[in-house]
Amino acid sequence: MKSYSETEVLNLLKKVMDPEIPVLSLVDLGVITKIEFFKDKGVTVFMRPTFIGCPALHQMKQDIETRLYGEGFDQVDVKIVHTPAWTSDEISEEGRIALKKYGYAPPPKNALIEDIDILENVPCPYCDGINTELKSPFGPTLCRSLHYCRDCREAFQQIKPLS
Amino acid sequence: MNTAAVKELLYKIADDQLILGHRNSEWTGLGPLLEEDIAFSSMAQDKIGHSLTFYELLHEMGEENPDKIAFLRKSRDFKNCQLVELPNTDYAFSLIRHFLYDTAELQRMKLLANSEIDMIRERAAKVKGELVYHTMHANTWLKKLGNGTEESIEKMQVALDQLMPYALGMFEPSVYEEELVKNKIFAGEKILQDLWWNDVRKIINSTKLVLKDISDYPVVFGGRTGEHTNHLQVLLEEMSEVINIDPNAEW
Repeated sequence: MKSYSETEVLNLLKKVMDPEIPVLSLVDLGVITKIEFFKDKGVTVFMRPTFIGCPALHQMKQDIETRLYGEGFDQVDVKIVHTPAWTSDEISEEGRIALKKYGYAPPPKNALIEDIDILENVPCPYCDGINTELKSPFGPTLCRSLHYCRDCREAFQQIKPLS
Repeated sequence: MNTAAVKELLYKIADDQLILGHRNSEWTGLGPLLEEDIAFSSMAQDKIGHSLTFYELLHEMGEENPDKIAFLRKSRDFKNCQLVELPNTDYAFSLIRHFLYDTAELQRMKLLANSEIDMIRERAAKVKGELVYHTMHANTWLKKLGNGTEESIEKMQVALDQLMPYALGMFEPSVYEEELVKNKIFAGEKILQDLWWNDVRKIINSTKLVLKDISDYPVVFGGRTGEHTNHLQVLLEEMSEVINIDPNAEW
């Protein structure tokens, strides 16, 4: 097996997608915090949850293991960490573009989430209009809310801002 | 740091979250409309996740592993307030409980996000961010149904009157209260209750619902010291059915 640098492992993990959002890699989602190597062919991947109760976490762990074992590592440990905590600002620029293209509104950046207003008038990912309304702060997964665009009359989802 | 004081604090927080999480999950498939079905199911997932994060801290402090803590204790070992263990009746009941509880929970996490203990501060800060969506949901429905039809207002009022004594039981002082305050681990139940009451009044006063003076409500204490209604044991038996049949089952 060739030897890998941290950047190279991150590049491999750019091919491991969020199980619920197939256009967003775990790297672009911002959940991978650190890579460490041990012995000859061992690697530890540090990963944090988006929402603490996210049930996709185990699937993510398995997908990382599958990918890295496939590259020739003989021991892959995925460690779940809670610090530094994930916020929605951790989604990369590339990730935000991919989300929008897929029909999900990316979360507003540096949002102060104190009131419901933050979820009203979310720009529609289809027509960019802001004549939209929040249907529910809870969607198909913990990290998504439900919206409706009155201009193009499309229902859409937003990745919820989280601070 | 007084370990027993910290453990007691963490147990009551996590037990509240776990038990209310399970009560919330009982609406899965039965919510009055699809969005509400999803909302209560999502909040259930969040709450059980939050309890896990605090049980993990307890485990790091030498307690059993989170699964054992959650599923293999008797009801008298649980430190949750009685508010969260009461069985769901109608939707108004669950909404009012959700409102009264999450308003307090958000304030509790805000206070704990200033705790002197790093690991508590970090987890509380994270949970706080997620809880904003729970209070957002509760406040929206309080305003909608509390200003809705005669029937919706009546149902919400009945639930509010029934649950207020139990809600006040959330703030049952701990024997370690002074210790926690003195060491800046937690600002204390009294301060929390005042913050909570302010928030509750603000929302209720924007509806047609009526609140009495806080001192006019009876208070139901007991949960924090392991005194529970029979409903808790029934719920625990249901929650632990699988683990009791096969303690090593994986799914």
